[in-house]
Amino acid sequence: MTCEKCQKEQAALQEIILKHKGTPGALIPILHEAQNLYGYLPAEVLHEISKGLEMPEAEVYGVATFYSQFSLQKKGKYRINVCLGTACYVKGAQDVLDKFKLRLMIDVGECTDDGLFSLEACRCIGACGLAPVVTVNGEVYGRMTVDKVDEILDKYEALAASEKEAEEA
Amino acid sequence: MILENRKALNILRDQKHKEMALRLGEDFDPKDGGRMHILVCGVAGCHSAGSMGIYENLQKKIEENGLQSEIKLISTGCMGLCAQGPLMVTYPDEIMYTHVEPKDVEEIWNSHVMGGQPVERLFAAESDGTKIAHALKDHSFYSKQMKIALKNCGLIDPMDIEEYIGVEGYQALALCLNDMDPEDVIDTMKDAVLRGRGGAGFPLGIKWESAAREMAPVKYICCNADEGDPGAFMDRSILEGDPHSILEAMAIAGYACGAKQGYIYVRAEYPVAVERLGIAIKQAHEYGLLGKNEATALMASIEGKRGEPRPKPPRSTEKGLFDCPTVLNNVETFANVPQIILKGTDWFKGIGTEKSNGTKVFALGGKIENTGLVEVPMGTTLRDVVFEIGGGVPGHLAFKAAQTGGPSGGCITAEHLDTPLDFDSLTKLGTMMGSGGLIVMAEDSCMVDIAKFFLDFTVDESCGKCPPCRIGTKRMLDITKKITEGKGNMDDLDELEDLAQMIKTGALCGLGQSAPNPVVSTLQYFKDEYIAHVRDKKCPAGVCVSMLKYIIMAETCRKCGICAKNCPVGAISGDKNTPYVIDQDKCIKCGVCMSKCPFKSILKNA
Repeated sequence: MTCEKCQKEQAALQEIILKHKGTPGALIPILHEAQNLYGYLPAEVLHEISKGLEMPEAEVYGVATFYSQFSLQKKGKYRINVCLGTACYVKGAQDVLDKFKLRLMIDVGECTDDGLFSLEACRCIGACGLAPVVTVNGEVYGRMTVDKVDEILDKYEALAASEKEAEEA
Repeated sequence: MILENRKALNILRDQKHKEMALRLGEDFDPKDGGRMHILVCGVAGCHSAGSMGIYENLQKKIEENGLQSEIKLISTGCMGLCAQGPLMVTYPDEIMYTHVEPKDVEEIWNSHVMGGQPVERLFAAESDGTKIAHALKDHSFYSKQMKIALKNCGLIDPMDIEEYIGVEGYQALALCLNDMDPEDVIDTMKDAVLRGRGGAGFPLGIKWESAAREMAPVKYICCNADEGDPGAFMDRSILEGDPHSILEAMAIAGYACGAKQGYIYVRAEYPVAVERLGIAIKQAHEYGLLGKNEATALMASIEGKRGEPRPKPPRSTEKGLFDCPTVLNNVETFANVPQIILKGTDWFKGIGTEKSNGTKVFALGGKIENTGLVEVPMGTTLRDVVFEIGGGVPGHLAFKAAQTGGPSGGCITAEHLDTPLDFDSLTKLGTMMGSGGLIVMAEDSCMVDIAKFFLDFTVDESCGKCPPCRIGTKRMLDITKKITEGKGNMDDLDELEDLAQMIKTGALCGLGQSAPNPVVSTLQYFKDEYIAHVRDKKCPAGVCVSMLKYIIMAETCRKCGICAKNCPVGAISGDKNTPYVIDQDKCIKCGVCMSKCPFKSILKNA
């Protein structure tokens, strides 16, 4: 696969590795930037990083899987994150999460077949005053209820449909 | 602009102070800083609830009317009363508005800003509905608070170093550099007995002294902003609302301990905090208050490795980051440092209790009216915090317990409501201060479920290095899961206690050693609830779904069919002539039918 986009990404990845190589603790900033570039950390990217840093691939993999911030799975166009911090949990976040699972037919950490939604659960985004809280691509939805789950998903489905329409036209 | 010396810093302070005088309750001349300052909370809950729109609309109004020199608009850090956000405050009249929407700006502008008539309907409300105009002074949420760490949050523009300088910012650093030896600084901190606010309560002065004693060419000052207790957000609020106070404290620590470099470790979940710290560091450098190489790396797990503990000793003050002596303090602890230097140890020791000096910030959450951030003198009772400041439990539910110390802590029951909140009293009750998360649970919260929740967290967070934590907490989670699913037996309770003891004594680090605490504590105070799950297969609070049953009351069912239409799994049948019934085998206990029934004919049976 040598599409133009792939080549550009490849060059950008090498640049990221070179920028940090040699400084102590370079791996994590590299993983951060690589994830920003690709949206997640595919196996080939971890391989490239290990080659670039001359570091065993197992060590790169170990760090990448240690931190919840890094994802080795592809994310959806809309990334749903349900806060399961204590304040949210006490106020019914589990019901909200279950509703997302039921409606999207995916589990936490998975992505819908159409690539539209991925579902994550996190531990406290620090907006406990609005509990329970859900974020979609960083946008915060507070005081969530099971009913609001449908509203949110309907909204993004409509958004995706209209974007697709505009693209085709 | 480089501030060449202390005199230059003081000149800037005096000038800014005059401009800010109307916000500080002092006499002011409108020629200095205008006639009104409008502060809009721009972070956390308020930001999420749309406070940016309020800010933009106000900005438009000010520009349209050409009032830039008369009215100053500021986006601040957290004002505390998150439950009633978005919040805004006008000065000098100190009117606080709550639940403000962007469309309210029109009325606020016409009536209040231009007409001098505050908009009463947006005043903060007490839990009984009374409207309070000067909430910062008179609302029960604020009246018992005392602010040291949060002193500037919600009062200054966190993105403007000059505002921080205007409220005595960087004066403590100047005082240290000019008038104090590093030993004096350490003696001051030791005398103040500032105990770490991150969880363990270790005295900061002793930590600094041991790092200072190390003869090493390179030392580090680290700030722990990886606020891990789910339900606590004070560190986030300080970083977003007053980032310079942390930089100043870290610079003071550097001077005292002989370290030239600092690191701040921020969670990736806090992007705004990272951005604001970046701005603050840049400004502090531009003003000549921080050297070029200080505090350069953000948002990195600093050494680039998996975050795993190692046996102690050596302590990190001897061999820490990159094997160099390292001082690690948490955000809230650092935020106290400049105040102690400026106001003296007698002042600090006069606040709080005998062995816990100063104040503590708590993040109130869960089943409580005034969710938000509060700072109270150590020793304030739990009752005052929950019922006076927090406004009690909403919906006429009874208070059941408060969880402190997050996943490492335990619960405090109604019978201990008069416990003073300080390090030692909480430890005595089998819980801990922790970082200050305070989650209130009501009669409809299941304590077994809460214990399971915290174990789930620990299993997630366990790094996997030592078996007691990696395997032990997983076993405990499996057992609590079994109990909440109605499959437990009485032996399970004994096994939980055994496992807890083994993990406590065998785990390598604080996370593991304290992981069993939520189970131990709920078993101690709510054993009957565990027994109800195990023996009677009932969840008294009606939370554990496996033991729940939704039932349609045939007598009151109006046969409208709304429940059947909304049931996601088609478990409800009936028609116009026969009352609807739920097929218990198909029911997934989602509760949608109950929430949709217009006649409240569906009951949840625990």
